[in-house]
Amino acid sequence: MGTVNIVFNDTKLEVEEGITILEAAKKIGVHIPTLCHLDLEGFGIVNQVASCRVCVVEVEGRETLVPSCAEKVYDGMVIHSDSIKAMSGRRMAVELLLSNHPKDCLSCAKNLECELQSLAQELGIRDIYWEGERVDYKKDTSTFSLIKDPNKCVMCRRCETMCNEVQTCNVLSAVNRGFESFVGPAFNMDMADSACTFCGQCVAVCPTAALTEMDNTGQVWNQLVNPKKHVVVQIAPAVRVAIGEMFGLEPGTLTTGKIVTALRKLGFDGVFDTNFGADLTIIEEATELIHRINHNGTLPMLTSCCPAWVKFFEHQFPDLLDIPSTCKSPQIMFGTIAKTYYAEKQNIDPENISVVSIMPCLAKKAEAKRPELTKDEESNVDIVITTREFGRMMKSAGIDFANLPDGEFDKIMGESTGASVIFGTTGGVIEAAVRTAYEWLTDEELEDVNFKQLRGLDGIREASVFIGETELRIGIAHGLGNARKLLDEIKAGKSKFHAIEIMACPGGCIGGGGQPYHHGDMEVIRKRQEALYVDDENKIHRKSHENKEIIQLYKEFIGEPYGEKAHELLHTHYVARQKI
Amino acid sequence: MDTVRSHIMVCGGTGCVSSDSEKLITLFKEKLSSVDYDKEVNVIRTGCFGFCGQGPIVKIHPDNVFYVQVKLDDVDEIVEEHIIKGRIVKRLLYEEPFYKRKVQSTSKMDFYKKQYRIALRNCGIINPEEIEEYIAYDGYEALGKALLEMSAEEVTNILKDAGLRGRGGGGFPTGLKWEFTSKSPGNQKYIICNADEGDPGAFMDRSILEGDPHSVLEAMAIGGYATGANSGIVYIRAEYPLAIKRLNIAIEQAREFGFLGKDIFGSGFDFDISVKLGAGAFVCGEETALIHSVEGKRGEPTKKPPFPSESGYQGKPTTVNNVETFANVCPIILKGSQWFSSIGTETSKGTKVFALAGSVNNVGLVEVPMGTTLREIIYDIGGGIIGGKEFKAVQTGGPSGGVITVNDLDTPIDYESLKNIGSMMGSGGMIIMDETSCMVNIAKFYLDFSQDESCGKCTPCRIGVKRMYEILERITKGEGQLEDLEKLELLANMIKHSSLCGLGQTAPNPVLSTMKYFREEYLEHVENHYCRAGECKDLLKYSIDSNKCIGCTACAKVCPVSCITGKPKEIHKIDQTQCISCGACFDACKFDAVIKP
Repeated sequence: MGTVNIVFNDTKLEVEEGITILEAAKKIGVHIPTLCHLDLEGFGIVNQVASCRVCVVEVEGRETLVPSCAEKVYDGMVIHSDSIKAMSGRRMAVELLLSNHPKDCLSCAKNLECELQSLAQELGIRDIYWEGERVDYKKDTSTFSLIKDPNKCVMCRRCETMCNEVQTCNVLSAVNRGFESFVGPAFNMDMADSACTFCGQCVAVCPTAALTEMDNTGQVWNQLVNPKKHVVVQIAPAVRVAIGEMFGLEPGTLTTGKIVTALRKLGFDGVFDTNFGADLTIIEEATELIHRINHNGTLPMLTSCCPAWVKFFEHQFPDLLDIPSTCKSPQIMFGTIAKTYYAEKQNIDPENISVVSIMPCLAKKAEAKRPELTKDEESNVDIVITTREFGRMMKSAGIDFANLPDGEFDKIMGESTGASVIFGTTGGVIEAAVRTAYEWLTDEELEDVNFKQLRGLDGIREASVFIGETELRIGIAHGLGNARKLLDEIKAGKSKFHAIEIMACPGGCIGGGGQPYHHGDMEVIRKRQEALYVDDENKIHRKSHENKEIIQLYKEFIGEPYGEKAHELLHTHYVARQKI
Repeated sequence: MDTVRSHIMVCGGTGCVSSDSEKLITLFKEKLSSVDYDKEVNVIRTGCFGFCGQGPIVKIHPDNVFYVQVKLDDVDEIVEEHIIKGRIVKRLLYEEPFYKRKVQSTSKMDFYKKQYRIALRNCGIINPEEIEEYIAYDGYEALGKALLEMSAEEVTNILKDAGLRGRGGGGFPTGLKWEFTSKSPGNQKYIICNADEGDPGAFMDRSILEGDPHSVLEAMAIGGYATGANSGIVYIRAEYPLAIKRLNIAIEQAREFGFLGKDIFGSGFDFDISVKLGAGAFVCGEETALIHSVEGKRGEPTKKPPFPSESGYQGKPTTVNNVETFANVCPIILKGSQWFSSIGTETSKGTKVFALAGSVNNVGLVEVPMGTTLREIIYDIGGGIIGGKEFKAVQTGGPSGGVITVNDLDTPIDYESLKNIGSMMGSGGMIIMDETSCMVNIAKFYLDFSQDESCGKCTPCRIGVKRMYEILERITKGEGQLEDLEKLELLANMIKHSSLCGLGQTAPNPVLSTMKYFREEYLEHVENHYCRAGECKDLLKYSIDSNKCIGCTACAKVCPVSCITGKPKEIHKIDQTQCISCGACFDACKFDAVIKP
């Protein structure tokens, strides 16, 4: 790529050819506000629809203002981002958006996290000069995972980019025309009836509260104040490296101990770790993989711990339901064990146990309600809240999270290995499975547990692991669009893998739809990932089968891994679903 | 072979078809056969004659007699009198509105005298469903010439030299557009015919496709050759069933004759055309939106650059030209660039088809050389204003254009001159308004259209145009404030400069131009709650003149909302708060006692 000479706000500049005006502006420290624009750097995810017109600038020789986010620089281009024409164009775009926006900021789910609100503040908007009719649509509360409020939609189309281009679910698109437009599923059907996987990536990038998580914190408080209930809580691996961001800590700060203390303060009766469920998952999944390899079973085997991924293949590949592992996810395994083994050991009627999950994920909310994952119509997991909701609970309880002392998880479901910690990142589940499968297949101790070839953030990765003489070919995908590519290969009979790990969200659970908002800064995701690997490094045990509580669990309660009771408690089946 | 001595040419355009011209054809055939004339007289279904206000049109060839408003009952008389006895049926001839004299031939009719037909050359002359008739009128000769005698570059150059510009609205030089596509790298290229005609009142593209579909197909093949495209797509709105039917017949016949398909004229050039139906969204006339619609996606524009010539349909280099543009191509190839560029003005060559509508005597399609004045079109061709009323303004360019006043009637019209006076060429809609048209209301009408047709993608168009419409609604209801006028101007300029595509960028034009030329009407609405044209119903306040009212109760009896009270023989009164300004009382009063505002 060569360079071009441009003049930006009277400053002469030599910049790379092919960059946008916005990128050129950043180079000289000129700030241009944006709204619809989204560039998840390093993940290849870009929303460049140029629809909001909040970033327009003046280019000499052009009759109309041009969107700086999408317009590329060319040699001799003379740009003014600070002319009255450009500034008033940008300001009016924001004013017009506000004129069709419910101004209920004080009680809005996105208050202080809303990019439209920030823009209004940044531009110093005090009066809306253009008040008029506002669209009036019903909120879609049909799902367990998310709420869609078309009245707050600014048509930035970021959610569409995530849903259609990144995740290839094709659920969201513009509905209606003109002033009546908003984004929703075809025919404006309920999200619950659509092929939505509830991955929540639309929520993760929505600049306003047009898409937010279903808030279940009220139900949690109700359980906590109910004296009859023994409320246990599990926290997912990815939560511990992200929650600190809501309390001013650096992204990637490991806060496991503080979380435990906070949960006790909030009044939970048992504070546990989803990592326990993850170690349990590895025991079952590694056994299943070895079983499939040794008995000419269906290969490749695909991981099944991500509920958005599960729903994706049920909708998009209903003829491949025998490919994924039958293992329940760690969250559900935990819930199942809590209401059986734990109940028995603690001598509590399972009906009086409430299992609350704190997850980085919106799909986990829907997963907990899947009928085949409940037992005798009782949920194994009763309430799922996201990392963000957990943060809000702590804030409303006045917990000074950043300065809390560290606590320890409770016994019998609190121990975990380094293998389970890395469940929170792409590549982690399969690495954990390999650590266990290696030792079981070879009967040798695995000395270096770090399978670095499985790590990273590339959308699709492949690696070989030699277990003795046997080559185990492994595929990894994160982002459902990448998953689709691997699935298409399997469908075409061209897949060369024995095992494939899939996570719906970019980066895995660390980039989940329920995590603190990254606001487009992908450095946050990288730091969360690094922190998980550090946590793994620092664990005494780093292989799931070394987890003492898990060993105890099999000895006392389950018996054989992948055996009869294991099947009854820890395995599930899938349902073919329609594409729409 | 029988010798056909005469042809009865019946208009088969949509306007005449909707006035039963299809049935006329059947009746003519039946009648002719009953009198045994069916072998020497043929009945032909032609394309549109253009004189739609006078339809159904029946022309007798070679007598050159032009019958207008022919009813089913007139068939017997035409056959018995004209065909059998050779006597012209005078009552069915067109009567010039000013001199009130009957005219029998088109060459003597003012409506046709000043026209110069290039794009409409075969409309009303040939049977569009018979390829032989098109061939008889030089059809597919231009394609043969281009493929066998010219290089692709020569074809592009001849169009560039001719100065043909896009007839769909933008006026971009067609040759240049073709050149861009031909120079874009890639083996797979496309050429698309934009038949998504959407301007209210404009129907020239429909008429060309209905009346002379081969002229477009042939030009597309030439364009394909010039740009390196082997695949053509006609994007046409599903509301044009007749045009679609004739297009499909024409494509089928062209394939049979080898004018489409593999190795055309043995030149080695392959080209075929498919038809894609649109759902009729106005925005799909914008080329990037059109391309997305053809791809099966939501019809909404994307920013340019990249232009379709670099990345269009399926990401491949694509040329999008309008129907009328294509209809000009073959004559240019055959007659040369100099012939074409000798017609028109300095910057705008050739002719333009306008759809004349509104308060004008002769409603229909007219094709005139660029540079013709509006006065010539409205008064000479159009026959002046209906009922001898005062001309007020003419709207060109549809919802993207503006109004032109009496002061600019003598401006020779071309792309630039129309732009300079605050309007635009657009696709050629031309709506004439008289003194009974309220200019605020007209602006509101067009804005209503634009806000309805906005795709909703970008903020200025989605919300801004709606806000402008709301302000106009307030003004026409008498609820406007002076500051609303300022707001309108601010919004209009912002929307013009910031919208993503041409729809939004031009949507404020009707408001800006009416505000420029008829500001006093806006002020009257706002300050005096007065609509001089009497169109804004909310501003009409009927009242009763107590000196004239004799208490006959006629007004009270017809009032649909019973808001007129008064005993017989006593003075009546209108309750202004209930009055819906329907005007029924005004019509009912025999004593001029009801005062119309």
